[in-house]
Amino acid sequence: MNLKSMSMAAGLALLASTSLASAAGELNIYNWGNYISPDMIKKFEKQYDVKVTVTDYDSNDTALAKVRQGGTGFDIAMPSQTFIPIWIKEGLIQETNPGQMENFKNVAPEWANPDFDPGRKYSVPWAWGTIGVVVNTDTYKGPADSWGIIFNTPEELKGKVNVVPEMNDVIFAAIKYVGGEQCTEDKAVLKKVRDTLVAAKPNWIAMEYNTIEKMGAGDFKATSDWNGSALRQRLANPAIHYSYPKEGYGLWSDNIVVLKEAKNVENAKLFQNFMMDPENAAMNSAFHRYANGIAGSDKFMPADMKDAPEVIIPEAEKARGELQRLCSPEVQALYTKIWTELQK
Amino acid sequence: MATAAEIEKQAEARETRNRWLLSAPALIIILLAASGPLLIVLIYSFLTPGPYGDVEWKFSTEGWVSVFLERDIFDDTLALATSHLTIFWRSLRLALMATVATLVFGFPTAYFIATRSERTRDVWLFLITIPFWTNLLIRTFAVLQVIRNEGIINTALINLGIVDQPIQMLYTDFAIMVGMVYVYLPLMVLPLYASMEKLDFRLVEAGYDLYASRWQVLRRIIFPLVRPGVVAGSILVFIPAIGAYVTPSVLGGGKNMMFANLIELQFGQGRNWPLGAALSITVMAIVMVALLVYVRNTSGSEVRHG
Amino acid sequence: MAKRFSIRQQTGFTAIATACFVLLYAPILVLVVYAFNESTSVTDWGGFSLRWFVSAWANQQVVDASWRSLKIASSAAIIATIAATMAALATTRTRPYRGLTFKYAFINQPLMVPEIVTGVALLIFFSQIKIASGYTGLGYLIAAHTAFCIPFAYLPIRARLENMDLTLERAAADLYATPWQAFRRVTLPLLWPGIIAGLMLAFVISLDDVVITEFVKSGGQDTLPTYMLGQIRRGITPEVNAISTVFLLLSVVIVTLFFFLSRKRD
Repeated sequence: MNLKSMSMAAGLALLASTSLASAAGELNIYNWGNYISPDMIKKFEKQYDVKVTVTDYDSNDTALAKVRQGGTGFDIAMPSQTFIPIWIKEGLIQETNPGQMENFKNVAPEWANPDFDPGRKYSVPWAWGTIGVVVNTDTYKGPADSWGIIFNTPEELKGKVNVVPEMNDVIFAAIKYVGGEQCTEDKAVLKKVRDTLVAAKPNWIAMEYNTIEKMGAGDFKATSDWNGSALRQRLANPAIHYSYPKEGYGLWSDNIVVLKEAKNVENAKLFQNFMMDPENAAMNSAFHRYANGIAGSDKFMPADMKDAPEVIIPEAEKARGELQRLCSPEVQALYTKIWTELQK
Repeated sequence: MATAAEIEKQAEARETRNRWLLSAPALIIILLAASGPLLIVLIYSFLTPGPYGDVEWKFSTEGWVSVFLERDIFDDTLALATSHLTIFWRSLRLALMATVATLVFGFPTAYFIATRSERTRDVWLFLITIPFWTNLLIRTFAVLQVIRNEGIINTALINLGIVDQPIQMLYTDFAIMVGMVYVYLPLMVLPLYASMEKLDFRLVEAGYDLYASRWQVLRRIIFPLVRPGVVAGSILVFIPAIGAYVTPSVLGGGKNMMFANLIELQFGQGRNWPLGAALSITVMAIVMVALLVYVRNTSGSEVRHG
Repeated sequence: MAKRFSIRQQTGFTAIATACFVLLYAPILVLVVYAFNESTSVTDWGGFSLRWFVSAWANQQVVDASWRSLKIASSAAIIATIAATMAALATTRTRPYRGLTFKYAFINQPLMVPEIVTGVALLIFFSQIKIASGYTGLGYLIAAHTAFCIPFAYLPIRARLENMDLTLERAAADLYATPWQAFRRVTLPLLWPGIIAGLMLAFVISLDDVVITEFVKSGGQDTLPTYMLGQIRRGITPEVNAISTVFLLLSVVIVTLFFFLSRKRD
């Protein structure tokens, strides 16, 4: 799941320009909306004489459902790390061995051998980020580095807090807040989670994705959110501040995979390799505003991202971040029940 | 030699066959691209959920049981699935209110258009449909712009000094109502108009000649005559309204689920397709039964003679 | 002298109707005005500018998605209206015969199912066909749209038809008109306003559809609403307002055409 708040800047993925009408090959990318830099696409198209199309999806589940059914015509997709084990298990993606590609040496060490794809046999890092708390410091001046802002809202923020309705993110945060472990099956912990959530909800004004605009307009004064979105909000209003909750915060990572039913496998592999180049990764990051997991790309990153606290995790906070994992189906079912109770 | 009765029966049979032929295209298209695939949904409701979504081809009644009964997460007791009921009731209530509200606003509007002069009538009709050529999402956002705290209404009220703090209209039930009426109004007005346009005003005049008041004329002459339009409009509003979730979540803030959100959850993060399938069939069955009862009792297919 | 008593007037109706029109257009006006907004926010006015129109036009994805939406909506609306007219003729103004209620329920069935269910069902069904036949064109989307547009076209036509008694057609038959002639010269012209209402409704419904399209679409088949859905989650810009303004203009042109077309028939 994850990632979403994207670029508000004009321009979206541009499909092949007419000058490439007679390109040697094609590449069909299935991606989150607003997540791929049009300039970078053009560069790829020119470099390899390939015509690229981009189709959007808006959730990991939709993407999975469609690819599972087959016959989609896509070559490449960008699922989140919690889903990649599922894609592998169900045989939906092929082993392209990015771990052995030319540009693999550029992948940052912490992302080179992740649990969800050991040895990088299938995937290449696309973007990664964190989920934390965003507060408008004009309204609330106290410490904001805690999930308590969301689950035990201070007076000044009551009735002005938003929660992004990503079930796994919210439950992860609540578990951390009550002191539990990710993917826990402990019923006592889950009961506390449920009670905390239900008690906190009256203080929330909404549960929606549209945070950039609403924080900017002042409809919300605080929200849980992705770091890239928080960056945009701060750039629009310097009073807005992103914090890493001390109880623990989640990390996510979206990765490029090649579908088993891909028709343009060679071009897909070229694309995977292309994205491990620091300059290309930085070009893309400049567009979608998230870090990319490719070492050496920092020199190419835009100035407002180079030392942004939202993008570069401060040393002191690093230890408290945890990469979110796929939980077992039984635990997922429990979470769904809690979520239904929360929103009924 | 055929008897008169036989000829008549043949004519009837031919007529019925013609009617089937006429309705064939519609029935076939719907069978292939709407109802037929629903059989899949029915089948899925009897399967087991796959570990990460989709289904496993193993028969199970869990899906159906979970629609009505739920096991409490923490003390394992089996109880009535009150969360499902609460959510369904919310959607139902909202849909009913939206239907009544659109009827209240739509009836005068359709009447107004139908009573304009022949020339300008089409212009008015045209004017009413233009906003609806804008995408639903956009329309909903447009309503949001008007009622939010920094929106037109509040800004005007503050500038005029009527209030000093913006009135919180967004994220309330009121906002959802406004949005739904805004979105569904043409669905009520167009069928009403189609019915009213054919209204024979001589009957209305006759009513007045018999000293009926305006209200009586409305209630006892006009309304019954345009009933088919009212039925059509109500159906066209009520049923999509039950399945609505974009407008309620954009304007209501998404804190409370609508029935369609509940179903979507099962096919999405909830990963329980059989439950999603069973829930859908349940709501479909309820609505279908209610619809048939309503239509059978009100519109009727008798031919009206002048 | 007392005001002339109009049999057509009802108390308060004109007032409500006028209020409706005003309230209907207020948000639209806001939408159009902000399409010309210089700033990136959809709420604060930053000055007059055409930049969003320019960027929307340059945005290939938007232009493609818009054309696709229009193509699908026009095909689906026309086919749906024809099918619905035929179905309405078959199911109205008749004694209840065997299968009538069934037909009525069947025709309206697409309305009764939440779109997500139809979407998932069609996803599964069409994917099998896609794999077996290799055809991944717009046909699936058009078929799906036509199917759910039929009930929308059907109901206004039926409402209109129910108010038309059979005496005129009987008179035509008495004058030795064939059923087809009777239809073309008597029924059709009388039915025309209902057909137009049905067509317009079907077109609008198809243009609007998000959920079913999202599930049925294949690679490179984004429609305008599915494109906007992606935008909504990631933050909207006035580009979306600009696109809507263009569509509004377009619809004004199209409906004006319809208007003259239906005029001629009278």
